[in-house]
This record gives sequence, C-alpha cells and structure tokens, in this order.
Amino acid sequence: MRRHIEPFWWALFSSGGTLAAFFLPVLIFIMGIAIPLGWIESPGYEKLFALVSNLHIRVFLFSLISLSLFHWAHRFRFTLYDGLQLKHLNRLIAVLCYGSAITGTLMTGYILIIFSSH
Amino acid sequence: MNEQITLEVLRYRPEESSKQIYQSYDVPFKKEWVILDALNYIKDELDGTLSYRWSCRMGVCGSCGMMVNGEPVLSCASFLETFHPGPIRIEPLENFPVVRDLVSEMSDFMEKLERVQPWLIRKDEDPPEGEYLQTPSQLMDYKNYSMCINCMLCYSACPVYGLEPSFLGPAAIALGQRYNLDSRDQGEKIRNAVLSEDDGIWQCTLVGECSAVCPKDVDPAAAIQRLKVSTTVDFFKSFLMPWQNR
Repeated sequence: MRRHIEPFWWALFSSGGTLAAFFLPVLIFIMGIAIPLGWIESPGYEKLFALVSNLHIRVFLFSLISLSLFHWAHRFRFTLYDGLQLKHLNRLIAVLCYGSAITGTLMTGYILIIFSSH
Repeated sequence: MNEQITLEVLRYRPEESSKQIYQSYDVPFKKEWVILDALNYIKDELDGTLSYRWSCRMGVCGSCGMMVNGEPVLSCASFLETFHPGPIRIEPLENFPVVRDLVSEMSDFMEKLERVQPWLIRKDEDPPEGEYLQTPSQLMDYKNYSMCINCMLCYSACPVYGLEPSFLGPAAIALGQRYNLDSRDQGEKIRNAVLSEDDGIWQCTLVGECSAVCPKDVDPAAAIQRLKVSTTVDFFKSFLMPWQNR
C-alpha cells in the first residue's frame, strides 16, 4: 500500500481547527479588545512577560499559533483548489500554503525562544 | 377544485436535438400529489414521450431522484404543495450525464461502488456453522450507513464530485464504511487502501450537503469524517509501530 502524506496535513488541520475554535476567540477578546479598551485592567508588561516565560505557556502559544497556521494552510489550499479551480497548480498551491505555515511555525518558535531568554 | 400548477420539465431527446429545452405542462394541483404523481399524469394524459425513472413510489427503490427547483430530491417524496403556486422546475440529477429527459447515466457510481468492496470480507474461507452472531449494539454501529438506497442525491448535491468526477463520492464511501463497522467483517485494511487513495476520502472538504439531502437520513459526511480520523490514526501508528504494518 502506497503511503499518502494527506493524513499528516489533515491531522494538523483538524487539531489546529479544534484549538483555534476553543482558544483564539477568547484570547483575541481579552488581549486584543478588552485590555486595550480598558474593560479589563492591564496586567502590565512585567506580568505578561513572566507569563510568557513560563514553559507551559510557551508550549501552549507555540501549539496554538502553529496549528492554527496549518489549519489555515489546509483550508486555503482547498479554497484555491476547489473555489478558484486551480487544479493544475495543486503542487504549487500546496507548497505555498504549507510553506507559509512552516515559515510561521519557525518564526513563532524563534520569537518564543529569544523572548523568554531576554 | 380545478386549480392547476405548472411543471417546467427539462427535456433531452438526442434523436431530435442535441440541446436540452424546458417544456411546460399544466397539471391538476392536488394536495395529496407528489411530483412523481404529476409526472405520471403528464406521461398518461399529456405527453407520452416524457422519460423518467421510477418504481416503488414510496422512497425505497431510489430510482426517482431528480432536481426539483434546483434541489436533488426523490420525486415520490416531494409534495406539489411544497412548491405552490409554482411553476416547478424539474431537471435531471446534477453531475451526471443525461441519457434522455430525466434519466441519468449511473454507471460511474456502479463502478465506484464495486471498488470499495461493499460486502463482508472474511480471512477464513469457510463460513461457520450457523450464522455470525451480532448484538444489537454491534448492529447499531453500522445500521445508519446500511440504509442507503443508491438514489444518487448525495452525488448530485456534492460540489466536490461536480468538480472532480473521479472522487469516490459520498454513498460509495459510506457503504464502504458500513462494512468496515460491521463486526462480522475483516476487510477494513483492504477497503481503506481504496478509500484513502487520491480519489477517496481526502478529496472531501466536508461541505456536508450529502447528509443534508439524503432521503434516508444516512450521514455520509460523518462516515467520511470518521474514516479520516481512523486513517490518520493508522498513518501515525504505521510510523510509531512499524512492526504492525504487515
């Protein structure tokens, strides 16, 4: 039996979708809306920095951001493939989509590492 | 009660013209009539040249599927009243070649159905003494998927099948899964090799229309999702536990 890579991308896609659906809206609401608008008191830079320095938080942020990117990549790939009917560009689309997600993952990892070793 | 309702039927008679044209028929509007009754009225009273498939007129045989106002339905299960005051557009099932009028060509599905091997596969050749026993809960595992009547509404509704005619499609995959989930079956590995090929489950983008239009409440979209999960688990297992591959 020939081994297909598709289950690998789908695993990243589906776990990314689950994580993103659970955590992204509340994170965006707290960090992106409630704190800037002053609905919640800002914890301040020091406290947030200490939070991100925690290994568990870093692993969580890394998983959340990276898997969300892979979720996007897979979805966008099929949007282009089926929606715009770019069947003949399948390989290029896959490389660009997953490539972007991989680049984003590497950047996230890099930022989280240098950020915590300040 | 002499009210009439208009049916606009998309006709195709290759010996007369290579084009499909709409032809309007006025039929009596009766509360208890389904689309199929109206078509039978046309055939008997107005125009004997109209061609369409039907048999049981009770949602069991799966032969009277067609597009009614753009939706794939069984014409024996759709009441005229739903579409009052009309006119009602009747077209052959989408995504299939048309043989004549409302009759579609189904051989593509027949070939795909055979490919997923929808029968019990056993490793041992000889059947046991008596029958294979099954508990009610083992029956419930696959019963939903066994309700399929091969009416092809799901293929008509599936946008992926419309774009990729090579896609195995909802009904064939659900029927493959029906045997995978049967406690008497041992052919999951053989079947999954076909189901997870390029033309199989990975083409599906979970639009979900197949399950929405199914007249028997089979849930092909769920069958495909469950197969994606189990195939993905097998994929990772084959790396983590390579000794199990053979």
